[in-house]
Amino acid sequence: MSGKKIPTVGETANIGAHVSQPSKLERFGDHMRREWQLYVMLLPLVIWLFVFLYKPMYGLQIAFKDYSIFRGVAGSPWVGFEHFERLFSNEQFLRALKNTVVISFYSLLFGFPMPIILALMFNEILNKTFKKTSQTLVYLPHFISSVIIAGIVITAFSPSAGIVNTVMGWFGLEPIYFLTKPEWFRPIFIGTGIWQESGFQSIVYLAAIAGVSPTLYESAVVDGASRWQMMWKITIPSILPTIIIMLIIRIGNILEVSFEMVILLYQPATYETADVVNSYIFRQGIQAGQYDFAAAAGLFNAVIAFALVMTANTISKRYSRTSLW
Amino acid sequence: MANMNLYSRGDKLFVIVNMVLIGLFTISTLYPFIYITSLAFSSGFEARAGNVVLTPVGFTIEAFKYVLADPQFWVSYKNTFIYTVGGTIMSLAFIIPGAYALSRQQLYGRRFWNLLVAFTMWFNAGLIPFFLNMRDLGLLDSYFGIIIGFAVNGFNVILLRNFFESVPQSFEEAARMDGANEFQVLWKVYMPLSKPAIATVALFCIVSRWNGFFWAMVLLQDEDKIPLQVFLRHTISTLSDDQEFGTSLLDASYSFETVSAAIIVCSIIPVLIIYPFIQKYFEKGILLGGVKE
Repeated sequence: MSGKKIPTVGETANIGAHVSQPSKLERFGDHMRREWQLYVMLLPLVIWLFVFLYKPMYGLQIAFKDYSIFRGVAGSPWVGFEHFERLFSNEQFLRALKNTVVISFYSLLFGFPMPIILALMFNEILNKTFKKTSQTLVYLPHFISSVIIAGIVITAFSPSAGIVNTVMGWFGLEPIYFLTKPEWFRPIFIGTGIWQESGFQSIVYLAAIAGVSPTLYESAVVDGASRWQMMWKITIPSILPTIIIMLIIRIGNILEVSFEMVILLYQPATYETADVVNSYIFRQGIQAGQYDFAAAAGLFNAVIAFALVMTANTISKRYSRTSLW
Repeated sequence: MANMNLYSRGDKLFVIVNMVLIGLFTISTLYPFIYITSLAFSSGFEARAGNVVLTPVGFTIEAFKYVLADPQFWVSYKNTFIYTVGGTIMSLAFIIPGAYALSRQQLYGRRFWNLLVAFTMWFNAGLIPFFLNMRDLGLLDSYFGIIIGFAVNGFNVILLRNFFESVPQSFEEAARMDGANEFQVLWKVYMPLSKPAIATVALFCIVSRWNGFFWAMVLLQDEDKIPLQVFLRHTISTLSDDQEFGTSLLDASYSFETVSAAIIVCSIIPVLIIYPFIQKYFEKGILLGGVKE
């Protein structure tokens, strides 16, 4: 649908000579003469993608190599699946894999309903100023860096000075050094995530609610329905497709744990419940320099994650007809 | 809708309970920030004893004096500004023309180029190959490495492309008649029409740059180049290991807790300043992003 209908030099020549259609190559040449500017605009983006994202994918081959810094990616000798065999007999890796799935599962279980409930509640608020103000405030934590959030958590849960132990003291409870206790890591980590993201995630559901036809509510009011009934009989069924799509996406992203936050909150004492695949890769690869082995762990993670996301997307396409991508 | 008298007694109760619950949730979102601010303005002695709950106890600005007297704080603050401004400009320089080209129907291999962008949203090589690539490119410990290495984000490209696609063809026809080339059409027609979408992308870049921590920690060893987030992390972890910190002060005017809190307050302020602008744009931005291949 090019907006241009003016014939180019090549085209006018063809019309005059009454020869057959120009070849594909000629047409491509004409197109480039006309539209080269578009490719100049596209080029920096494509080069960037190749240099910073696709070249590392080529570098992933070190997962099958005995990588040495001096020989480089291409020059290092192949070792087949050696790193993967080590990986699956490595208890720390298996523990990290298990922790990733467990933390994701509990985040989903407790965190998924929260933004839906919030959106439904926001929808029932009549006072516009109150609604706007509270929305503005609950979206805020999403924009605060994980270092700051972790700093607040570390301070609030500190054994002597933290507010949590202070409040526990009012009820005569012994102080607990929460961040050194493996059994407390997951509740604190998941709770922090819910606190930080629920408000922001409610936006998607609020948009879905805004799309529900007002006539449904009008006729329900005529029938004498209460607000509680309207919420259950109209609002929730109307936004169900959105809820299901979001659920599928979340399940597809089950290997995506915010490892930056894990690194900021865990310590050796809590590794047994806190260490996730990416934090394990970070320690083994970047800190300990076992690049090839850590790259193998990363490749395994990325392939599984990709398969999950693709499956989720296919299912959501089938369910909703409007695909996400 | 707004007339409360139309509602039954049950509805009124429902509305009130709902408002109270939302109010409580909002307060619980806000409380940690109030707590940390009060801590920053409390005396070290009271903070250490765990006496700060809601408002400052033993009001003092000693913790802020301590933080602001640290030259490393100012160095990292300056660096964060450099990374935020430089990084955002770099991102827009790649994303705006790229997204425009991707939005044009006549582009050869349009599906392929779009897939090239979208694929990076679903699959990435992971930490190690990315790190080794940055090292091989000689971009460790460099301002330029941080600024260019994170310039493009597939989501932002798709968001802007979707917006450009939604602009009706008729807008550009007049410019085309005047013989405008693609650069002029982008600059004179699409950019002015797309201000909200570009603002959204710019704000996403600003926030992620300001908050960026992990890669700055990994790629920058030189203390003169680290951004605020890395400085904050270093300070919190070194101070918490130092059991003696602040205890030798006769008046215990500051402590580990109040100094950490003071740095946190200082680094949140700029986010709070731009938050009204973010708020204005991001709701639309979010919904614009996740559509179509």
